Amino acid sequence: MQYILLIYLLIAFGIFLIPGWLKKYVGIMLAFVQAVFFVFFFSKISEVANGNSISTILYWIPQLGLNLEFSLTGLSLAFALLITGIGALVFLYAAAYMKGYEGTDKFYFYLFLFGGAMLGLVLSGNLIQLFIFWELTSFLSFLLISFFHKKETSRKAAFQSLFVTAFGGLLLLSGFVLLGSVAGSYSVADWVTDADKIKSSGLYLPGLLLILTGAFTKSAQFPFHFWLPGAMQAPTPVSAYLHSATMVKAGVFLLALLNPVLGGTMEWTYIITLVGVITMFLGAYFSITQTDLKGILAYTTISALGILVMLIGIDTKLSIKAAILFLFVHAFYKAALFMVAGMIDKKTGTRDLAKLGGLYRFMPLTFVISVLALLSMAGLPPMLGFLGKELIYEAKVQSPGIASLVLILGVGGNTLMVAVSMYFMFKVFLGKQGAYPKLPNEKGWLFMFGPAVLALLSLLFGLSPGVLGDSMVEPAFSSIRKEMIDVELKLWHGFNDVFLLSLLTVALGMGVFIIALTKKQFLVKWRGINRRVFTIKFTDIFVQVLDGFLSFAARNTKRIQHGYHRFYILTVILFASAFLWSQVYITRNWVLDSHFSLNPFYISGLIVIIVCSTLYATLTQSRIATIIGMGVIGYGISLIYLYYSAVDLAITQILVETLIVVMFVLVLQRLPRFAVLSSRLTRLRDLMIALTFGSVMTVLAIKALHVEFSHPISDLMVQNSKVNAFGQNVVNVILVDFRALDTLGEVTVLVIAAMGVFVLLKTRKT
Amino acid sequence: MEIFLAILIGVLYTAGVYMVLRRSILKFIIGIIFMSNATNLLVFLASGIVAGKPAFVDDAVKNADNIADPLPQALVLTAVVIGFGLVVFALALKLKFFETTGTDDLDQLKKTDN
Repeated sequence: MQYILLIYLLIAFGIFLIPGWLKKYVGIMLAFVQAVFFVFFFSKISEVANGNSISTILYWIPQLGLNLEFSLTGLSLAFALLITGIGALVFLYAAAYMKGYEGTDKFYFYLFLFGGAMLGLVLSGNLIQLFIFWELTSFLSFLLISFFHKKETSRKAAFQSLFVTAFGGLLLLSGFVLLGSVAGSYSVADWVTDADKIKSSGLYLPGLLLILTGAFTKSAQFPFHFWLPGAMQAPTPVSAYLHSATMVKAGVFLLALLNPVLGGTMEWTYIITLVGVITMFLGAYFSITQTDLKGILAYTTISALGILVMLIGIDTKLSIKAAILFLFVHAFYKAALFMVAGMIDKKTGTRDLAKLGGLYRFMPLTFVISVLALLSMAGLPPMLGFLGKELIYEAKVQSPGIASLVLILGVGGNTLMVAVSMYFMFKVFLGKQGAYPKLPNEKGWLFMFGPAVLALLSLLFGLSPGVLGDSMVEPAFSSIRKEMIDVELKLWHGFNDVFLLSLLTVALGMGVFIIALTKKQFLVKWRGINRRVFTIKFTDIFVQVLDGFLSFAARNTKRIQHGYHRFYILTVILFASAFLWSQVYITRNWVLDSHFSLNPFYISGLIVIIVCSTLYATLTQSRIATIIGMGVIGYGISLIYLYYSAVDLAITQILVETLIVVMFVLVLQRLPRFAVLSSRLTRLRDLMIALTFGSVMTVLAIKALHVEFSHPISDLMVQNSKVNAFGQNVVNVILVDFRALDTLGEVTVLVIAAMGVFVLLKTRKT
Repeated sequence: MEIFLAILIGVLYTAGVYMVLRRSILKFIIGIIFMSNATNLLVFLASGIVAGKPAFVDDAVKNADNIADPLPQALVLTAVVIGFGLVVFALALKLKFFETTGTDDLDQLKKTDN
């Protein structure tokens, strides 16, 4: 399986090598590749059918539990089939949709890489590895949302989605690490074995909360749902693929994957069910007041994700079964609807509901496809969606603890779902001809192929659900619940409570729809109420918090990074002095054992001269006097070197000092006079600081006199200087022989400095 | 004598720090020269100084105790040269800065753009 991912990576980079005349067919070629992998995974169905799994493990750092583990279970197979199958259709669709855009190479690269990353995620058997693929999908989602990066809204939405999902990803990682410390491993298989140990540990709740937050951010659960509508800025193939069928379901996948480990507790059931049901209701509630086609679809996606999360939270056999079935239901109809919405956008030039209408005249085939998909979304027979909804209702009735709340919100949400499906259909396809910017047509089979296949699948599986039940739902179920079950799916469940609930839902939904369609003011007023009731806008809060943080950081940075060079130095000097003085204080019992003498007197005289010229150079206002003072200091120091047996040092110092003085004199002609820039008080303060530092350096120098050196290196060099290196001057031999590489480095520094000087002095002012 | 030299080092450091804290860039560069001189002297002094016994050898020398330690000298020599490179580059930079902006004030150097 690792090879599949490798192939994905190689092909993704190969996209850039495709010659220009083939560029038109890139999408079709990639769709073909995806289809091949789809067939590959399809052929594995029988192998994982009985709760088996195919695993490979590549050891990387087994001591740290970091290995590459891939395992194909029923659950990951279901996802893998969705990723490759819908992937193939989306790439076909993209071949038509992306025609005429710039940078399609990049687009296909990101999108194909995403397919690989998503496959890597669902095939991961190691949680750290899963996290890496998880973040990779977030990152690629960011790049795809910001594909139209010249629009500010795209950039903002992309950043927001990256921020939310990557933030969740980090929480997820900490959750993994936390619970990994309990289990002593990051392997999912080990976690399943140690499930009881993890659940009874004190770290269970914090770990669970962290992991849940990670999953909720990815799957756009309340209160992190707000990034998903923003993500609709992406090109439509991306919305169909990432933001409805695959990536946003990664959170659901993770919950299902960890259900055997973390599930079965009160916390698990209550938190997940509650978050799921709230998300479900809110998504449906907001979808009906949207005016943008993709906006409607985005909010219904949120609602569907809420249903999936809720079902996993309810955590009964039935609910898990319903979740797996609904996963397919939603992927089929939502991807199809997204592709249809993108096509309408392309053909008519608008996605605004107010401008659309009467499209069935121009796009009859699209109309049929949409009706099928919308029926599935509304959960009406004979579509697969109907089955999904019936199962969900059954599961809700059985949900332990908070069944009544779940049921009420569930019926409410589904009612709105029915209404919005009908509304969508009537507003877009039926009614009067809208005022669209251009007259649409249905040319281009690539546009139609994907949605048509998906809508037909919804219908066929709806009519004969057993096929899906045996091949997909059963294996996935057994890998989540770790037990076998015979999944029987039927279109007609008999006349029971659940069927009554369905009837009620449809009736209510139709009622809402008819009111919305006939009373023009109804939705407008509804929007008004929403604005007043839901004054809290999550995107606004997000922006505010982020802005607040940025300005907080900016204020602090301004205080610390104030830009005044001398205050930086001041800080360094002050802290250095403080540390040195405290060191002197700690070792205050130290006794000075050398005595003060002024012999030989000519060196003492020299030192006095140097001190005087230092003071003179510092205090004088004349530039030339400063330079003369500086020269005296340099030459004086070279004399000290000379007296204390450092001949080479003295020569170097004299040369350097001469050059510096010459340079200064040359430069000085082109510079202004010294100006007194600081006040008397500032100068006094600086003097105090300088004195503190200077005095501690004196103490340091005196203390250094008492350090006993043993110098084996020097001895070695002295002994070998003449014998092996044939030089009598040991300092020279060290520089050019023993430490020749250091000297080479030094010469390099000088050459670079010289080049810098040359460039600075030669370039003219521009 | 060593103590007197240590005092000299302290004076040089004081002057260096004082100059480095000035707003004039030229004074800042001079301050760097002072401090690099002081540091060279400090290393030189700390390694132990001997008068009149430079590190010259012939075949006979087997023991390094009775001549000056050559290694610190070599290190300081490197430092002197590097310090020279630094000062020259800073001076050229300063010159260019003055030509471009017409000021010698470090406080004006707060932003990358004008």
